[in-house]
Amino acid sequence: MWKRFRSNIGAVIGVVLLVLVIAIAIFAPLIFANSPWQMVQRPFLAPFTMDGLPLGTDTLGRDVAAQLAYGARVSLLVGLVSTLVALLIGVPLGALAGFYGGYVDEGAMRFTEFFQTIPNFALAIVLVAIFEPTLASITLAIAIVSWPPVARLVRAEVMSVRKREFVDAATLAGLSKPRILVRQVLPNTVSPIIVMASLMVATAILLESSLSFLGLGDPNAMSWGYMIGAARTVIRSSWWLSFFPGVAIIITVLALNLIGEGLNDALNPHLSRKGKA
Amino acid sequence: MSVFVAILSRLAKAALTLLAIAVLNFCLLHAAPGDPAVVLAGEAGAADEQMIAQLRERFGLDQPFYIQLAKYVGGVAQLDLGYSFRQNAPVIDLIAERLPATLLLTLTAFVISLVLGIALGVAAAARVGKPQDSLLTTLALLFYATPLYWAALMAVLVFSVWLGWLPGFGYETVGADYTGLARVIDILKHLILPALTLGLFFMAVYMRMTRASMLEVSTADFVKTAKAKGLSGRVIRRRHILRNAILPVVTLAGLQAGQLVGGAVLTETVFAWPGIGRLMFESLAARDYNTILGVFLVSAAMVILFNIVTDIVYRLVDPRIGARA
Repeated sequence: MWKRFRSNIGAVIGVVLLVLVIAIAIFAPLIFANSPWQMVQRPFLAPFTMDGLPLGTDTLGRDVAAQLAYGARVSLLVGLVSTLVALLIGVPLGALAGFYGGYVDEGAMRFTEFFQTIPNFALAIVLVAIFEPTLASITLAIAIVSWPPVARLVRAEVMSVRKREFVDAATLAGLSKPRILVRQVLPNTVSPIIVMASLMVATAILLESSLSFLGLGDPNAMSWGYMIGAARTVIRSSWWLSFFPGVAIIITVLALNLIGEGLNDALNPHLSRKGKA
Repeated sequence: MSVFVAILSRLAKAALTLLAIAVLNFCLLHAAPGDPAVVLAGEAGAADEQMIAQLRERFGLDQPFYIQLAKYVGGVAQLDLGYSFRQNAPVIDLIAERLPATLLLTLTAFVISLVLGIALGVAAAARVGKPQDSLLTTLALLFYATPLYWAALMAVLVFSVWLGWLPGFGYETVGADYTGLARVIDILKHLILPALTLGLFFMAVYMRMTRASMLEVSTADFVKTAKAKGLSGRVIRRRHILRNAILPVVTLAGLQAGQLVGGAVLTETVFAWPGIGRLMFESLAARDYNTILGVFLVSAAMVILFNIVTDIVYRLVDPRIGARA
């Protein structure tokens, strides 16, 4: 499996980029002495004009490079945690629906369909606006709009796995149904879930940045979307203030998508690529 | 099941979904921190004591929960989405005024993304493994990773500020007072950048999907038969492969409609496009919850409508579906 993953150039590039972003996020306080909120120079300092401030300063004279580094923390954290929460909702729901079938399946799928019909970005906006923007409410809102595809995927996987012989064998061996589900069926659905999760982190990062751009970011956390939103009004004079955070988002999301595709090819070589569009 | 019955059952389902969203809206209003009356009045100082007392009476906030809920849902059923105290107008009027602009933008973006996406997907699949294919696939990956609002900002910067080719702001030229054809052209010029940026992401999605679907169908037996018959590659691609490959793309396009409506909030915000997305953005800063929830409900209704339309198109394109159902 690792061999297949490593032979995929895109996936390797993805891993390198992601490791870089993670390293910058972790070591931000060591690399940048300035807090991202601290005013260090005159405002609107252009990039590459002053030593120590490689990307210049923003509308309030804050270090843009430091802001980018701290922004990576928020993006990665929200992306990762919201995906985990979405898995916590989607996996059990999909597993129960797929394993027990009947009314359980019917009910769970109607519930899932309802959430899939609602425009997810609009719902995320509504949730964050009503519960006040904090890192917790943003993360939760993203999780709430992201779990339905997980539930559908897990349901489909569980339905196909539960018909295999080893499940019959486990039943004959006298194992209880919940135990079969958790110990025998679910472990066999892990690889497509991993693939989906890596792509979900990417989507979550885009969602978080979009919310922050609209002014629905946590006021105490520096984020890339906030930087772009704040620089929007000065785009004619200081375009770089909007440009660099956007590039940071693209690099991170691209890296995660490349990794997701690499994992998909490595873990599910027999599957076509159509399920990922 | 006839098509008619199928459409009726879809409509009934749609009504149920909207009802559920209305209930969700109601619960959200009550879940917001603080007194619902204060929430309704808008946080930013629109409310004084007297007004809050009036609101409490008008919405029966002292009555039991289920009566309040029934009143709210009943109101929504009669298109009463509440009152915007910030804008001093019924929410439904605010939305009705801005809905045409949003429909124009989202439908244009939808058509652009679908047509370009399918065309590029077919082109890439026809040259699979060649440099053109790699270029298109890489571009699609890049568009896929680009935040919509950032692409919009960069489009304004490049095509409007630097090159001066297209307007990057608003729906028509303010103060120009064009009429007739001149006005249509003016609006179209304003439409190009927002529609293209909104469509870009979805174009990438449809392109990848079309490419994958084309490649998958091209291994089917009937394609071998067509080849054996001596048909040219071009004819096989158009008549045999594309016709079958396009079906999952249409399904996906229907499912993605919701994202399109959500994306309109970002695009309209950047381009100052006077639609309901922009209305939602303006209401966010004002904490105008009635308007936010109203736009939310209407955008969900738009998505449901999009889905029903795709469903009908799908039935027309693929006769097998009607027969199976």
